[in-house]
Amino acid sequence: MDISPADGLLAASWLLIALPLAGAAVLLLGGRRTDRWGHLLGTATVVAAFVLALLCTLQLAGLEEGRRSAGVDLFTFISSGDLDVRAGLLFDPLSATFALLITGVGSLIHIYSIGYMAHDPGRRRFFAYLNLFVAAMLLLVLGNNFVALYVGWEGVGLASYLLIAFWYTRPAAATAAKKAFIMNRVGDVGLALAIFLLFAQLGTTSYAGVFGEVGTLAGGTVTAIGLLLLLGACGKSGQFPLQAWLPDAMEGPTPVSALIHAATMVTAGVYLIARSAPIYDQTETARTVVLAVGALTLLIGAIAGCAYDDIKKVLAYSTVSQIGYMFLAVGLGPAGYVAALAHLLAHGFFKAGLFLGAGSVMHAMNDSVDMRRFGGLWRKLPVTFGTFGLGYLALIGFPFLSGYWTKDAIVEATFDRGDWFGYALGGVAILAAGLTAFYMTRLMLMTFFGRPRWEEGVHPHEAPATMTVPMIVLAVGSVFSGALLVSVFPLSGWLEPVFGEPEEAEHVIAPLTIGAALFVVMLLGVAAAWVFVGRREVPLTAPVRVSPITRAARNALYADTVNESLFMRPGQWLTRALVFFDNRGVDGAVNGMAAALGGSSSRLGRAQTGFVRTYALGMLGGAVLVAGALLAVTAG
Amino acid sequence: MSDLPFLLLMIAVPAVGAAVVAGLPKGRDLLAKQISLGVSLVVLLLAVLATVAFDVGGDRFQLATSVTWIADFGVSFALGVDGIALVMLLLVGVLVPVVIGASWDDTPPQDRSMKAYFAWLLLLEAMMVGVFAATDVFLFYVFFEAMLVPMYFIIGSFGGPRRQYAAVKFFLYSLVGGLIMLAAVIGLYVVSNSQLGEGTFAFDALRQLEITPGVQKLLFLGFFVAFAIMAPLVPFHTWLPDSGSEAPIGGAVLLVGILDKVGTFGFLRYCLPLFPDASRYFAPYVLVLAVAGILYAALLAMGQSDMKRLVSYTSISHFGFIALGIFAFTTEAGTGAVLYMVNHGIATGLLFLVVGMLIARGGSRSIGDYGGVAAKAPLLAGFFLLAGLASLALPGTNSFVSEFLVLIGSFPSRPVFTIIATVGIILAALYILLMYQRTMHGPPRGGLMSEPREPVTGGHGATAVATAPSRTLRVTDLSRRELAVVTPLAALIIVLGVYPQPLLDLIEPSVQATMSDVGATGGTDR
Repeated sequence: MDISPADGLLAASWLLIALPLAGAAVLLLGGRRTDRWGHLLGTATVVAAFVLALLCTLQLAGLEEGRRSAGVDLFTFISSGDLDVRAGLLFDPLSATFALLITGVGSLIHIYSIGYMAHDPGRRRFFAYLNLFVAAMLLLVLGNNFVALYVGWEGVGLASYLLIAFWYTRPAAATAAKKAFIMNRVGDVGLALAIFLLFAQLGTTSYAGVFGEVGTLAGGTVTAIGLLLLLGACGKSGQFPLQAWLPDAMEGPTPVSALIHAATMVTAGVYLIARSAPIYDQTETARTVVLAVGALTLLIGAIAGCAYDDIKKVLAYSTVSQIGYMFLAVGLGPAGYVAALAHLLAHGFFKAGLFLGAGSVMHAMNDSVDMRRFGGLWRKLPVTFGTFGLGYLALIGFPFLSGYWTKDAIVEATFDRGDWFGYALGGVAILAAGLTAFYMTRLMLMTFFGRPRWEEGVHPHEAPATMTVPMIVLAVGSVFSGALLVSVFPLSGWLEPVFGEPEEAEHVIAPLTIGAALFVVMLLGVAAAWVFVGRREVPLTAPVRVSPITRAARNALYADTVNESLFMRPGQWLTRALVFFDNRGVDGAVNGMAAALGGSSSRLGRAQTGFVRTYALGMLGGAVLVAGALLAVTAG
Repeated sequence: MSDLPFLLLMIAVPAVGAAVVAGLPKGRDLLAKQISLGVSLVVLLLAVLATVAFDVGGDRFQLATSVTWIADFGVSFALGVDGIALVMLLLVGVLVPVVIGASWDDTPPQDRSMKAYFAWLLLLEAMMVGVFAATDVFLFYVFFEAMLVPMYFIIGSFGGPRRQYAAVKFFLYSLVGGLIMLAAVIGLYVVSNSQLGEGTFAFDALRQLEITPGVQKLLFLGFFVAFAIMAPLVPFHTWLPDSGSEAPIGGAVLLVGILDKVGTFGFLRYCLPLFPDASRYFAPYVLVLAVAGILYAALLAMGQSDMKRLVSYTSISHFGFIALGIFAFTTEAGTGAVLYMVNHGIATGLLFLVVGMLIARGGSRSIGDYGGVAAKAPLLAGFFLLAGLASLALPGTNSFVSEFLVLIGSFPSRPVFTIIATVGIILAALYILLMYQRTMHGPPRGGLMSEPREPVTGGHGATAVATAPSRTLRVTDLSRRELAVVTPLAALIIVLGVYPQPLLDLIEPSVQATMSDVGATGGTDR
């Protein structure tokens, strides 16, 4: 990995992080004085960062291919002994891609939030946290070493915590935020240990140093590093077994769900694995585990998505599932990195758009999320319906919209493995595509079609322009990004300096066959939704007498139950036992000893009356002892 | 300028200040506060000047002053600092004025005067400076014992309802430790007498001794027990939750922020360099205590309902990290451990202060009596969160740097211990966020859930509430004075979190010297 010092605008790429960070600082420290214009400042810093990211990317693209890795060295962060961590950035095609996604979608969502949060008393705080998130996320993708990544990694975790708990007076929001942070921390332990292991083995944490020497490591060590990194990735990206926090995170305001819990932060795990490609290239075992995690999660997410009536939860499980596709792709190694990133970008557009649309629906329905009380909204919310509909088609892989291209590429690459494992994984991916079509069609039908089932006092109205314009922009992206990234301006060419030249894969199954299979499965999913949901009247409350499968899906396959009975309750029990032990056992032993020495336990309580005297006596005794001992020594 | 006897002045100024404050006529509380604050700021200034005068690449001990004290026994009043002691003096310099500011509006229990409280604080400051600056082992011992006295009175006279029990317990533990150490100090003297022909307590001379392994082990244990009680390592820890919860907030900050660090400082200054063979021999056992303590105390913190006890237990958990860093015997981990000592003083100091401010408002130390405070006091909640995040070592805060250094530095030499310790970062997130959620989040509450169980609950800060018992949780946001108290610490948390290198540069050479004393190669074992 050759990194050349950045010049021109690239040398100022640290401003990408500094701008939103300054915005957050001004809004948080400025207090109420900034209430009136704070949201505008917050939005302006992110838009400025987007423009800068665009210009930096253009400059990078103008360089010859071998030199598209610009390094910016800022200052010594932590240096002691053999450890030397620099505060340094790396602007290469991979980080540029993410920087554009983060600042681009970030700008749109900031603009949308101006409308969405217009009447919230905490608006300034909201924009401050959102700015903080953008800064941390940019640090995560722009850092040139694993420690900088870790700082950004936990930084986005903090922003996520603050934003999920934004309406902290609601106990559910507060609990969801805490759950998200804790489950992320479990993953973070993995990431931290991976960094420790890298330092112990290679004496460095910089990408250049690690990737240059990873080939010298023993196979078992590389596998351990790969698995530890994966644990971190699973926490941040809501992948099995750490997926249960993401749906709960929907307690946050909807723009947060769109930006953090759909388009950007939760894809950080994909970034981590893609960035660490030189490590995973060395370990087949770790990649196999990544594949298994991805396949399992994309199925879990798709199944759970079918059962929820909360519009945001359905979208959240859809996110879990779609990121599963991305994990599946990066697990394939060089054959899948580009496919994963293309899907990640397309998903960034359509899922952010879907969430913003959901926000618009909630806005119209007095903040209700219950799809059983929606219905018939296409007439009242035409722009929302149109943009949401395009996002929906893109997500289910309707031909020639973005999801069609990018999901296709992943499924093809999976089958191209050529072994039974590849077939099995590909089969799972196709099956889940059908489920995706089912749950999304169900969502569309329950929300926009059918008879209105609105609660009393609800008067749906279309959102203001600050909200609809970002939705329209994202809808355009949902339609065209896939085709652009896969065939017009192939992402594979742009990322070639990072992942190397794409190999022309040997297709074991003709791409046309796979495309046809996906199309048929999608139609089946849509049809099933029509049969089960669209044809009938939607009951206002969820049916209680349902099959065990439905019940399992409604409980997200019992992930929370497992966590609670395996960790939470034993943990609480252990804590209580230890508190008892510490008070009675450890302290009791000491108190008992003191009591025995003092004659009776009440003596300790009474001792303080004459305590100063006792102490003075003790000191005197000590001094005599010292003097005596010293005399004895010097005399002898 | 650089010829000034900084260290002597840093002891003399607060000691004289204490005498002046104590001698003020009754009723001059305001003057007492002003003098105390002024004196503590002078000490801070002296600490900063001393840092400027300190030459990072120079001798191991600098700014030295030495006066023969008891010539017959080779005792000198010898002061001097290495980088480790220097950063601790800086911490003393920062925390004392903050504590004085935080205690400004406290009301003392009946028949006690605030004047006395501030006098004890200043005397404590003088003793703490002495204990870090002493380069004569006997002098160190004297300061070690002497600093217990003002702390005893701070807890015992100005603390919460069970203050006397807590003070006596604190005293007995420390005294027992101190006496065992005294035996070891005398033992050292005996050895030096037989080897050098003339007994000495001078640290530099003692460091040159060739002590037989058996004697080393005994003397090591003598020092170790005293320090393990002071720093508290599990299972020597049970005095701290009582003292930390019953002490007035200012006393608690100094107790956990600085006094306890004398223990970990002692490991580094005395145990490792004087008894290198014994240190290596006992290291695995100490590491077991350290790592067990990290998890054990963190779990206990989760189980506390009393906020001050909770913070005390988190500190015991943190001391486990410091001990791990010291006994991993690498430069990175040792440097991290010293930085941890400073950072913990700042972060936990802030956490204690904010908890104290909350208790002063609600009149109860019990977490269950609060809820939804953030809605009424957003600034208080913000500082609470910042202190909590620093306590759970979030990157961007100072504590991350030290915890990261301890762990990454310990991993190459002690992977298993480090892996177990790393699990502690999950527990840290749990105990902090649980407390934060229960007190700050949720719907704002109009009143306390229950009556305060004791009329006086939160140190003397809460007595105002106790005199007018009320079920109303009158949560107001931070006052200007309170803001002035917490802002410097909050700023340090961020600044040292982003740019810790100047402190690391100060610490590292001394840690390296210590590690080469103990025969560790320093660095990784690649």
